[in-house]
Amino acid sequence: MIDKFHIKSYCHIKNQTISVNGNALFCDESEDFSTFIKNAYKFLKTDYSKFFKMDNLSKLAFLAADVLLKSENLNEDENDIALIFSNRASSLDTDRKHQAAIENDAEYFPSPAVFVYTLPNICLGEISIKHKLYSENSFFIFDRFNAEHLQLYANSLLRSGKAEKALCGWVDFDENSYSAFLYLVGKEGEIEHKTEEITRLYNIL
Amino acid sequence: MSELKEELKAKIINQLNLEDVSVADIADDDALFGDGLGLDSIDALELIVMLDKDYGIRLSDPKEGKKIFESVQVMADYIGEHRTK
Repeated sequence: MIDKFHIKSYCHIKNQTISVNGNALFCDESEDFSTFIKNAYKFLKTDYSKFFKMDNLSKLAFLAADVLLKSENLNEDENDIALIFSNRASSLDTDRKHQAAIENDAEYFPSPAVFVYTLPNICLGEISIKHKLYSENSFFIFDRFNAEHLQLYANSLLRSGKAEKALCGWVDFDENSYSAFLYLVGKEGEIEHKTEEITRLYNIL
Repeated sequence: MSELKEELKAKIINQLNLEDVSVADIADDDALFGDGLGLDSIDALELIVMLDKDYGIRLSDPKEGKKIFESVQVMADYIGEHRTK
């Protein structure tokens, strides 16, 4: 018999609002992402000294993941939760900043702190460090949200015993336009982990 | 020298994105790495770029940074002696 998996919780961050399981947790009137995410960080009492050194994509992914994982009573030493993220813009927001710093030969001073974020999967490392995740992680680039891929990939990892749970979803940032939708899937939960339900939750707000 | 130290503190806070830290919070002799401000290896690289960009000092060996970035006082002394701009 093939194991079935369920979505235990999910989080959206978009339109200046953070929602968990469809319920608004934090709203802010700041239209500027930097102000919004800083206010959210403080409201959520997130404790991670490196947060303000991250790029915008990592801040977005980190907070969305933190909202879900902080209520999981995670082990302090190691946790078997895979990360399967995706987006459309990759790390373009940070790539542009790096490009601006290197296009003038006379003022060629690229910032190491910017350069290290010129890959989208760096945000997975930030989350893994904070929550002690040593399991599989992948970041995919798609034209649009791809529920089928997330479902197949997560189920494959869970069925093969590569992870106990998987945190999956979409985190996209480009030019102050942002959107995050993450969900936690495993053996517990009420919502069946199937493409129709993933798509429904993605569009719920 | 006092002006340079204040300038360095402001630059460190701004360029290294030190949230909730003010110039007044950093003493001249505070350790910048380890138990002090808690800066990391990427911060050290940022400081090397800052020396080059703002003061015209290019470190030939990045390992030199370990001593130069010991504190704001040590940085200011080094910059005062070696700056080209």
